[in-house]
Amino acid sequence: MEIVKRPHVENFIRWSKDKPEVVVLTADLTNSSEVGKWRDTYPERFFPMKMAEQNMMGFAAGLAREGYTPFIHTFAVFIYRRPYDQLAMSIAYPNLSVRFVAFLPGITTPGGVTHQAIEDVAIMRATPNMTILETGDATEVESVLDVAQSVDGPVYIRMLRGEVPRLFPSDEPMALDRVRILSEGDDVTVITAGITTEEAMRAAAPLAAAGVAMRHLHVSTHKPLTDPTILESIKQTRHGVITLENHTVIGGLGSAIAELMADNGVGKRLLRLGLQDTYAHGASRAYLMKEYGLDAPALVRGIEELLGRSIGVSEADLDVVRIEQVHSLAKVEAL
Amino acid sequence: MTVPGAGTDWRTETQAVADGIRRRVLDHVLRNNGGYMSQACSSAEIFSMLYTKVLRLGPSTAPPVPRSFGGVPGAPGTEFFNGGEYNGPREPRFDRFIFSPSHYALVLYAALIEVGRLAPDGLEQFNQDGSTVEMIGAEHSPGVETTTGSLAQALSQAGGIALARKLHGDSGNVWVMMSDGEFQEGQIWEAIETISRYNLDNLRVIVDVNGQQCDGCLDEIESGDPLTHKIRAFGASAVEADGHDLDALELAMTAQTGKPHFVLARTDPVHGLPIFGDRAPLLHYLRFTSEEERARYQAAYEEMVV
Repeated sequence: MEIVKRPHVENFIRWSKDKPEVVVLTADLTNSSEVGKWRDTYPERFFPMKMAEQNMMGFAAGLAREGYTPFIHTFAVFIYRRPYDQLAMSIAYPNLSVRFVAFLPGITTPGGVTHQAIEDVAIMRATPNMTILETGDATEVESVLDVAQSVDGPVYIRMLRGEVPRLFPSDEPMALDRVRILSEGDDVTVITAGITTEEAMRAAAPLAAAGVAMRHLHVSTHKPLTDPTILESIKQTRHGVITLENHTVIGGLGSAIAELMADNGVGKRLLRLGLQDTYAHGASRAYLMKEYGLDAPALVRGIEELLGRSIGVSEADLDVVRIEQVHSLAKVEAL
Repeated sequence: MTVPGAGTDWRTETQAVADGIRRRVLDHVLRNNGGYMSQACSSAEIFSMLYTKVLRLGPSTAPPVPRSFGGVPGAPGTEFFNGGEYNGPREPRFDRFIFSPSHYALVLYAALIEVGRLAPDGLEQFNQDGSTVEMIGAEHSPGVETTTGSLAQALSQAGGIALARKLHGDSGNVWVMMSDGEFQEGQIWEAIETISRYNLDNLRVIVDVNGQQCDGCLDEIESGDPLTHKIRAFGASAVEADGHDLDALELAMTAQTGKPHFVLARTDPVHGLPIFGDRAPLLHYLRFTSEEERARYQAAYEEMVV
């Protein structure tokens, strides 16, 4: 598997070149949000707002009202938690085209509870006018900017940084409100987003070898979530549906699928894997994914529960786990 | 109705608009048995100065009688209109008016009527179901360009607008009207630090320092340095003025300091309506407790009309 180092850095610089309306605002996390080189390339369009996120939301709103497209770059928790009233009233209500590039989604950081955005999708889903995107690989990191820019209104992006795998071909960019079908099969439908997609992909071959037909859908748009492929897959599936999300199971992808099923009267089992209404703690991503059941073995256990039998796939059968170095050179700090 | 710049001494006109604001708000409070009266008493001269003397605005582009609620911004199938249209077109040479304490909406509507930007009938829609003339205005309400009812959010938004206008090379200023209670929110200090750092001298702020908030008198709660010292310490310029003295306001509001500029207008929350002082310190909202009380305010109103 190709691992791309910091795909956002050069891509965002290239993409911004002929878009003078694009400005960047940060809150003391410029290099940590991979826009240090962007700042040096376009200093006249870069506005450091210091550690003052409430004010940053208002400035972004004002700039957006005057025709600029602010790309706020900071950690996700400092976008939706600390300044939520400002985000909602200054930006979301007036439907302003501000882009929130939100780093460290879920348990991707060993920074612990203060840095782990585990309920951001829930809160942004409940925010009217908000579009929510999530990147799952380098191709999506590279193509999410065009998707965001096509939206007339605010967009929240769960962004990956550092060493990012390329799971999808470079010539198959992210598309708004379109899922990717990564495997076909009618025994179970597995729906993933962000970093959990790689986990389900690891399980695909062993499951097929064990005779389990999994339809795997990758979601990159949490809101709107109206691609008819999802409902069709759920209707066709024999044993049930599993959602696997890097987020609490309340209010995120699992809840969205539950709403979709209930709204359409689809009576199938739904297993929502993810953080089970709990905060996490500071540890490596691989460790936390195992601890909280967000990884490939957890998915296999879930499928066994839906099927009501063991399918004989052991952890050793699953592809080698990609260990991301905590002290990778692709990150400016260990966070 | 008074048309600004119609030849007579500007003070006569500006005071007439201020008196008209107070009278119109009291009339509304009498007829509806309730309203934000002290805000009109304290800020009538501030709004009058803004709309007759200080703001450089083009004529209103909005209908004199406000449109009904047509949907929130971004709602599918709706054509949203912005209340800033009452302040004229957005052109580089014109000023912009950003209204921060949205519970002053009644005062703003009265001011718009007094200067001919809103029809007197418009106020009949105040707080009526389906109307945009809301009690606490949002950005579809007449004169309201940004949504600021969650207090202390306007200054940052105005900062972004002022920054963009500097980048565009606009000659117009961005004026913000604020209330003193808002300075209790931390966001204001984030904003002052930032507008000073970016040297947004096209951003000007007038504050109604009436010493009042929902729970009563600010002085009981607040202590320490006067606001001017704090604002200056954060890098902006700040001057105090008697908020009912037109000459003092003019001097303070037109001062050129090369910095973002704050005018702290010291005001009296019962100015022009002394019997209201009997209710101190709870002046945030006026509702009559008896017919006798209502009659006394009616008599005060009759005196104002004369």
